Amino acid sequence: MSELGDRIKDIIETEDVVLFMKGTPQWVMCGNSMRALEALRAAEAPIATVDVLPNPEIRQELTAFSGWPTIPQVFVKGELIGGADIVQELAVNGELYERLRDALGEDYRAPGEERTLSLATAAA
Amino acid sequence: MATESLRSLLTEAFPEARELDVVDRTGGGDHFHVTVHTTRFDGLSLIDQHRLVYDALAAPLADGTIHELRITTRGTA
Repeated sequence: MSELGDRIKDIIETEDVVLFMKGTPQWVMCGNSMRALEALRAAEAPIATVDVLPNPEIRQELTAFSGWPTIPQVFVKGELIGGADIVQELAVNGELYERLRDALGEDYRAPGEERTLSLATAAA
Repeated sequence: MATESLRSLLTEAFPEARELDVVDRTGGGDHFHVTVHTTRFDGLSLIDQHRLVYDALAAPLADGTIHELRITTRGTA
């Protein structure tokens, strides 16, 4: 696996909640990425995001790792939770809250915590 | 037309489906919402249900026919 692939794998394995999206929380470039972000916000998850748009290889490496063909992708404690449709459905039926609580503990809530991780600098 | 080719791929993959639908969300032929209700999804997690749909649509996903895809799946319930 490439250096970029290693970095993606590392982020997935170390971040509590990571959203691979098109754009950033401040500048969302895709409706599905927005739906996933809103679902995580509704559950008050601590959110780390990675923008896949700056480099097409990010998306290729991510899909090679996860086996999931589309963006966005949400991982909790290294486990793929799903794309926009699944995360939204889990948010609506309350399961997202349960998944976060089970993975991160009772006091996981961090409303407003949104960090943007950059892969561009790490690749240099 | 892309909508019909997606529908035939899904029909091929899920011949037993109780409900199967493909909607071109924007009319542009590349943003789709597919719905599949089949007993085959019983007992599967949402992620595994969606993976089966992605498998059925692997070709149009890979060649760029599908720019954006929404999926709704349901088992017996």
